[in-house]
Amino acid sequence: MLSIARRQINSRAVRSASIWAAVAQGPPDAILGVTEAFKADKDPKKINLGVGAYRDENGKPYVLPSVKKAEEIMAAAMGDKEYLPITGDAGFTKAAAKLAYGADSAPIVDGRIAVTQSISGTGALRIGGAFLARHYPHSKTIYLPVPSWGNHTPIFRDSGLEVKGYRYFDKKTVGLDFNGLIEDLKNAPERSIVLLHACAHNPTGVDPTQEQWKQISDVVKASGYEKKLFPFFDMAYQGFASGSTLRDAFAVRYFVEQGHQVALSQSFAKNMGLYGERVGAFSLTTSSPEEKARVDSQLKIVIRPMYSNPPLHGARIAGTILNDTQLYAQWEAEVKGMADRIISMRDALYNKLTHDLNTPGEWGHIKSQIGMFSFTGLKPEQTKALAEKAHIYMTGDGRISMAGLNAHNIGYFAEED
Amino acid sequence: MANRAQQLLSHIKMSTEEHAQIWSNVPLAPEDSIFKLTAAYKADPFPQKVNLGVGAYRDDNNKPWVLPVVRKATHILINDLGRDHEYLPITGLPEYTSAAGKLIFGLQSAALKEGRVTSVQTISGTGANHLGALFLSRFYQWNGPPTIYLSNPTWANHHAIFKNVGIEPKDHPYFEAKTVGLDFVGFTDTVKAAPARSIFLLHACAHNPTGVDPTMEQWAELANLFLEKGHYAFFDCAYQGFASGDLEQDIKAVRHFEERGVPMLVCQSFAKNAGLYSERIGALHVVGGAKDEATRVKSQLSVLQRSEISNPPGFGARLIGLILNDPVLFDEWKVDIKVMAHRIIDMRYQLHAKLTNELKTPGNWDHIIKQIGMFSFTGLNPTQVKAVVEKAHIYMTGNGRISMAGLNSGNIAYVAESIDKAVRGTL
Repeated sequence: MLSIARRQINSRAVRSASIWAAVAQGPPDAILGVTEAFKADKDPKKINLGVGAYRDENGKPYVLPSVKKAEEIMAAAMGDKEYLPITGDAGFTKAAAKLAYGADSAPIVDGRIAVTQSISGTGALRIGGAFLARHYPHSKTIYLPVPSWGNHTPIFRDSGLEVKGYRYFDKKTVGLDFNGLIEDLKNAPERSIVLLHACAHNPTGVDPTQEQWKQISDVVKASGYEKKLFPFFDMAYQGFASGSTLRDAFAVRYFVEQGHQVALSQSFAKNMGLYGERVGAFSLTTSSPEEKARVDSQLKIVIRPMYSNPPLHGARIAGTILNDTQLYAQWEAEVKGMADRIISMRDALYNKLTHDLNTPGEWGHIKSQIGMFSFTGLKPEQTKALAEKAHIYMTGDGRISMAGLNAHNIGYFAEED
Repeated sequence: MANRAQQLLSHIKMSTEEHAQIWSNVPLAPEDSIFKLTAAYKADPFPQKVNLGVGAYRDDNNKPWVLPVVRKATHILINDLGRDHEYLPITGLPEYTSAAGKLIFGLQSAALKEGRVTSVQTISGTGANHLGALFLSRFYQWNGPPTIYLSNPTWANHHAIFKNVGIEPKDHPYFEAKTVGLDFVGFTDTVKAAPARSIFLLHACAHNPTGVDPTMEQWAELANLFLEKGHYAFFDCAYQGFASGDLEQDIKAVRHFEERGVPMLVCQSFAKNAGLYSERIGALHVVGGAKDEATRVKSQLSVLQRSEISNPPGFGARLIGLILNDPVLFDEWKVDIKVMAHRIIDMRYQLHAKLTNELKTPGNWDHIIKQIGMFSFTGLNPTQVKAVVEKAHIYMTGNGRISMAGLNSGNIAYVAESIDKAVRGTL
């Protein structure tokens, strides 16, 4: 039947072999690749201090009870699976903005925050980068702290922004190079975009104090209108850093109070343990509800050709928790529980190194740093050796995830370190 | 003194003028046209109003339908004590992507057996289209400026997706108004005339928005031409199973192209056939020439995915992974798919019968039963569409496209009568 139309030209061997022949092997991801290597390791004493996912006292993933409860409520409600709007679940985005900015924040009260659901923090940063590249009129350059989360650079570069750095981490003190930071921000070209880690700096764990944030705000604002910088906050650890969602939002809220217009990326991967469900939000403070509507319409134009609309499940969980008084309170306690365990691991590691093992060097930074990550100060060769000889995995920059430590492995880690 | 105070105040707090500077020039983007249609429908108080713009399945009571197998799988997942919310790998849940690939290519597929297929989980069909387009924009050996041929008409978002990554869309003839069918000659003429190694987007089945699909003979002829010209097939498969009711039947064109060795990729969506619109579950499958190629392609797709979403969402993948890999659930899914597909086919036959036999509406209405899938190009002209929307409160897009899912036993008589009147000019 098809014999006339079907000339048997099967070029499989010749043609399709050539199409992708020139595609080079891409590099393994610097962070996610660590877990791959860890999984392949057969040594029973192996420890994964790579990826930033919380682990409980037994080294197991922790599903928050409030999350489980929210899921059960959702299952019982037997909701449908209809498409969300492009900017996502309104119940979630409204609550997320309130959590970040505070219910009495002027832009919240005035209804002038443009907020969209995003594919977790990465997606929020990407939407923000693309929006700024298209619509921020004053600059196409974003300044990242040095160092910053490894994925920031490709996200912003692929969004169409030029990526530069400002001094942040001081290797000598294993702390904040505050003077360097201030100097670099002062010298940045007017109206450049500056990325600020709202709390629990990734990868160093080194945060400015509240006093230092005030000074940073002044510099970002600057003494003349012309020299203002545009603050883009990345808040991936609200609640997870200090144990208090209020305290961890200080920088964002202070800036807004001071009259800055900001961009904000939020993630609920860590503070709700919703990692793989990809729950996040991107927001911009605007000058009026009318402006918010315009900005909102353009956020949709960014999102629609990438993935149309975001996934429901995780956002609905987060929204359910944030909008229910009891669940909210329960969640806040659970976040504090995670933060407390991490803080106690910091204390325990410090004690082991300083008192038990008398390890040479100053280890105070382990306690003063905040959040999931700690910069050990180890060099790439040393981290490589730790992986190969001691089967302890961390990223090449010497960053460890405190969440990967627990009572069972902390002794082994401290000794090998 | 007052001036100095003013000066200080303006230094301390930013004036509204300064606020207004940053986003003041952001233009208001036009609202999505389908969204506007739905909004107009919702606002309409007319008791007999009908929404034929909706691109999501509705049951006979005009309600969204969560598939029974999905409810069952959800229950299993929620109650699985071993379940967590950990990050998926960058390319997605392996048991899902592997099964999704088998669904497309079939167990006999040479490409699958030889490990030449790279499968990546994506944010539903849009995500797959976007990632596929982005990959091509970076790695395809373009013959001239990056271009893709799209059917005229095609899904509205296709144009935006390709433009967004720097690939210029070009239309090729597809729909023929006078036959309310396929302009195959116009289509193949473009295929022949296009520069060698051009990329064409092909709807695997249930063409959106026309419902007009090539026959298998026509697909075979297209494959011949593609091989002759070295063209690349960018398949968009959003309705496998949903078109005819049969998963194997609906994927024949894709498998034929793979058998013939046409260079290709396939975008897959479970939004419609599993009714999982909001969980954004899809996949991109890139067919390579050799196994090591597939590994390299995977590594590059990972790099692209990482800087946009890092890794894809878990819930939908776990649901579909469960359904595809469990023989009992898979069979139940096939039954649920048939429920949807058959209701739609039934509505086609009923509408056709009413127009042709009962009302004897002027014109030939056979295209309603020849077309396939959720959508149908009625053949109504813009004037008639306007009348139907404004006077009969039946909402459809300006090109005369209707969603068969919006038809049900409660409204089909009214819709048929309204179409009849519009055609006669008596609405």
